[in-house]
Formats: sequence, C-alpha cells, structure tokens
Amino acid sequence: MELVKPGIGLLFWMTITFSIVLYILTKFAWKPILNSIRERESSINEAINAADNARKQMESLKADNEKLLAQARAERERMLKEANEMKDSIIAQAKRSADEEGRKIITNAKDSIEREKLNALNELKTQVAVLSVDMAEKILRKKMDDRTQQEAFVNDNLKSIKLN
Amino acid sequence: MARSNRKIFKYLIPTFIILLYVGYAGIKVVYANEPVKETQQNVENVVADSSVNTAETSAEHKPAEEHKEAKLDAGKLIMEHIADAHDWHIATIGHNHISIPLPVIIKDANGLHVFSSSHLHEGEVYQGYKIEEGKIIAENGNDDFYDLSITKNVAAMFIAVFALLWIMLSIAGSYKRNGIVAPKGIQSFVEPLIFFIRDEVAIPSIGKKYEKYLPYLLTIFFFIFFNNIFGLIPFFPGGANVTGNISITMILALFTFAITSFSAKKEYWIHIINTPGVPWWLKFPVPLMPIVELIGVFSKPFVLMVRLFANITAGHIIMLGFFSLIFIFAEMNTGLGFGVSIFSVAFTTFMSFLELLVAFLQAYVFTLLSALYFGMAIEEHHSEEHH
Repeated sequence: MELVKPGIGLLFWMTITFSIVLYILTKFAWKPILNSIRERESSINEAINAADNARKQMESLKADNEKLLAQARAERERMLKEANEMKDSIIAQAKRSADEEGRKIITNAKDSIEREKLNALNELKTQVAVLSVDMAEKILRKKMDDRTQQEAFVNDNLKSIKLN
Repeated sequence: MARSNRKIFKYLIPTFIILLYVGYAGIKVVYANEPVKETQQNVENVVADSSVNTAETSAEHKPAEEHKEAKLDAGKLIMEHIADAHDWHIATIGHNHISIPLPVIIKDANGLHVFSSSHLHEGEVYQGYKIEEGKIIAENGNDDFYDLSITKNVAAMFIAVFALLWIMLSIAGSYKRNGIVAPKGIQSFVEPLIFFIRDEVAIPSIGKKYEKYLPYLLTIFFFIFFNNIFGLIPFFPGGANVTGNISITMILALFTFAITSFSAKKEYWIHIINTPGVPWWLKFPVPLMPIVELIGVFSKPFVLMVRLFANITAGHIIMLGFFSLIFIFAEMNTGLGFGVSIFSVAFTTFMSFLELLVAFLQAYVFTLLSALYFGMAIEEHHSEEHH
C-alpha cells in the first residue's frame, strides 16, 4: 500500500533535517535553557532556604525576647516580694522592739514606784516611830513624875514578862 | 491576565470556525456552480489541497467524459491529501489552481537533476521524468533512480523546523539576555513543557542519568508537537501530513532505536540473551526467549513509528471524511450539501480540538516511550527484582 511505503526522498531529508535540528537545538537552545532553568531553580531554592532561615532566626529572636521579658517580669515580682517581706519584717521588728522598750520602761517605772513607795513607807514608819517614841517619852515623862507610878509601871511590865 | 485570555478565546474560536466554514463553503460554492460539468478529477482538485493530478486533469477537457464521472471519490481524495505531493496546492479559484511548485531533485546514473516541479505540470515530461499518480517515474520505465525532491512534506517539515528553531533559539537568547528572571511571553508557554518533559518524562523514566537524554527528548517532543500543530492548520504553512507520514515517523523511531542500542549497558544485552527468571528450557536447546526478546527490541521502535503515523493520519482522514460528506450530499442535492455542511463543520471543529489534544498527546507518548526505552537500556541490576 502506498501509504505505508516510506519514500526515499523523505527519509533522506528527514534524517538530515532532524540531525541538524537535534544538533542546533541541543547546542544552542536546550543547553542554555536548561542551564538557566537549573540556575533559576537553585537560586529560588536558595532564596527559599534563606527566607526559611531568616524566619527561623526571627522566631528564635522572638523566643529570646520573650524569655528575656519573662525573666524581667519574674525578677520584678521577686524584687517586689522581697521588698514587701523586708517591709513586713522591719515593721514587725520595730513593733517588737517598741513593745519591749515600752515594757522595759513600764517595769522600770513600776520598780522605781515600788521602791519610792517602800522608801516613803519606811520614812513614814521611821517618822511614826520617832513620833510615837517621842510621844511615849513625853507621856512617860509626865506619868513617871512620882515614884509610885514608876514602880507600878515597872511592876506591870515585869508581870507581863514571864520568866521561865 | 485571565480576562485578556478570555477575550482572545472569545474572538479566536468564532474566527476559527468562520475561517473553516468560509474556506470550505467557498470551495463548495465554486463546485456547486458547475455541478455536473466538472469531472471527478476537477472536483478533487477543488476540494483537496493536495497535488494536481495532472495526468488525469488533462482528461477533464475531453467532453465525452464530462458527464460520465461526476461522482466524488472521497477515498481517493483523502488518500491524495494524506500522501505526499510534488507541489503545494493552496487553493483553486474557478479553473485556476494556485499551487507552489517545489523543487524536484533526482539522482540517477547521469548525475543530479534539479528542476522545478512546474515543468512536470499536467503530465509533461521533463529530462526524462514525469509525474504519475503523484509520484515521479522515469519516462522509459527505468526505476534505477533516487527521488530526493523537496516534496510537500519536506517543505512543510522545513517550515515547522524553521519555526521551531526560531522560537527555541529566541527563547534561549532571552534566557541568556535576561539572566535569572521569571519567564515572559512565549517563554512562559514553552517552559512548562520543558519542565513537563524533564520532571514527568525524563526523570521518572530514566533516573539519575536523565541529563544526557534530555536534549533528545525535548527535540523529538517539540519536533513532533510542532509538526502535528502545523498539520492541523488547514491552509498554506500547514496542512501537510508530515507526522502522519511513515518515513518521518520511521526516522524518529530509528533515532530512538539507535540511541537506545548505543547507550545500552551490558545488562541490557545480557537480559535479552539470558533473560533472568525464565526456566532454562525456554533458552537452551531452542533459544525461544532470546528470540522473543530480540523481536521486542525491534518491535519497540516499530510500534513507535506506527502509533504516531496511524494517529495523525487517522485524524486527517476523519477531518477530510467529514468535509467529503458535504460534497457527497451536495451531489445529490445542493441544499442537502448546505445542510450537511453545518454538521460537518461542527464535527470538524470538534475534531480539530480533539486533534489539538492528540497533537500534544502523541508527541508526549512518543517522548515518554523513548524515555522508557532509554531507561531500560541503562538500567542496572534491578532486572531480577522485576521478574
């Protein structure tokens, strides 16, 4: 059949043409095109990688920042707490020492009051004794003017003293 | 971008349909004006953009035959279109055939004969040669010569190749010029195809060593694709049935075969002679498996050749068949011809889109199979696991 019988002319021209096309395209078209495509691909990959790295760096930076911030916040909390504690302890101590001081003063006062009271009492006692001795002397003096009376008194006293 | 694309399609599709219709209906009207007076041959010349069948057109002027052969021979018309020709018929207006004469180159015992095919017009004899049935034969019946003429297919191939080279080289130039930037213009149409061939065809089929074969794969893909597309254009720069010609597909298949054979590793040939995983009695006294494998080696490129040829030729035959329907019905009744033309044009439009797909698909299949054969040829050691 005519249709499936290859013609020599067409075979000839096709071989030549196709060889030339293959050569020219390989050398002047595919090589530069494929090279550029490869270069572009690698540059795109690099760019993507770089962007990825930058993003990662940003993330780590952000994480660092957050960590620092958290640290700072914790520090502040701690300091506040410490300050509070210190304040409380100072107040408590002051209170305690004031109490003690007061108590001490009061005790001292009480002591001195007691002492003074005792002193006064002693004084009073002495005075009273002196006075009463004086009075008794005077009374005795008056009463003992006569001899009988003196004798009566001595006897009385002697009687009250029981000799064993 | 998307909007302007849609706009292009909005105008492109109707223009395409109208061109198809005007082109063929115009010829039809020419025919319809002289429905009975025309001979069969003239009808063919009007319809087909194929060769002027010179020997028989001369018979057109014999009044005795005028009424005898008014019937359209669709099969013959289609075959004439599918086959090669020595001039490029563009159109026929009335009785004037507009065609481009192509150079005839003949190598015989006397040396090289180069002359225009217009010398062989209407069956004339020039330098001892004439055209009969679209083929050059020696007047003296001697067939000891080589016909190396630039035929219609050769010329069409040159045009497609010229377009291919021009586009690819300009793209390569723009890559060099612009450096690493996003593709622009035609570059962004070709680049996805290159990526497609590289990433979907070459790398999966061949493997790591794909770079060596990629230029060849790209060349056959675009060569076939361009010739297929040019074959779909119904008028001058296209219309020839280049990739539907067995010679063209044969050379392409031979290239694939040669590259496969020359790049084949030792394992490939061992695999053929001593197929692993097959019982010994299939190999030893009668080397059955080696024979089968050897047939396989040759049948692979053969199948490549036939597939491309048959697909593209079938596409052309279907299109022409639809158009022939118009004229077959018009012979019965002019109105009927008009009626059928609507369906024919609609179907041919549909087929044109299908053929666009086929043009791509066949180029892809040819490339993919070539890549698979290369992959098989350079495969190492994996064969045991596969069997």
